[in-house]
Amino acid sequence: MKIKVRFFAAPREMLGAGELVQELPAESTVQTLMDALIRTYPKLGSLPLKFAVNRAYASLDTQLCDGDEVACIPPVGGG
Amino acid sequence: MNVSEDLFQVTDQEISVDEVVARLADPSIGAVSVFVGVVRGATAGRKVRYLEYEAYSEMAEAALRQIGDEVRARWPEIQEVAIVHRAGRLPVGETAVVIALSAAHRRQVFDALRFTIDRLKEIVPIWKKEIWEDGAEWRSEK
Repeated sequence: MKIKVRFFAAPREMLGAGELVQELPAESTVQTLMDALIRTYPKLGSLPLKFAVNRAYASLDTQLCDGDEVACIPPVGGG
Repeated sequence: MNVSEDLFQVTDQEISVDEVVARLADPSIGAVSVFVGVVRGATAGRKVRYLEYEAYSEMAEAALRQIGDEVRARWPEIQEVAIVHRAGRLPVGETAVVIALSAAHRRQVFDALRFTIDRLKEIVPIWKKEIWEDGAEWRSEK
């Protein structure tokens, strides 16, 4: 299945891209996705990230479906 | 700019405090509290040239709306909540965020206002990069 992954702020700059599409086996979780991303972009593993699935905060064990949008959320700084 | 009736908004346009307060207009309100976040010219002794705000806009607006719901669940006296946050490049002195809360009476509006800005800084997916004369950094309070 295909997952759209979005990056903002420091991780976006680190990767040089705001989004990518990651191919994953069925029944993958956010953790599976992160493991795959860190294999390609080892630096991602050094960041304190939270995750959102389809624009809501989600835990690492959240199961993903084809077409989901996952965002990597570094510490926020609004206000 | 088309004045949006939406109370929870991320915008790349200049924010008018009066215009945000006007969104709460209702004959039943007797008090409005307003927080205005402004770009500060220095942090920890370093001169700031400008800030760059980046937002995950679709999720940020949903998170602002969630905070509005939390405020009214916690303080049923609060009638309406409006939160407008700026995105993009902001010079020193520019308004970065406006929060306005309305109620029939003044009693609860101050506590609810503090809660709202604290929650915003905690959960809303907006990021701030400080650009100094000699460098730049993404900033968070955590």
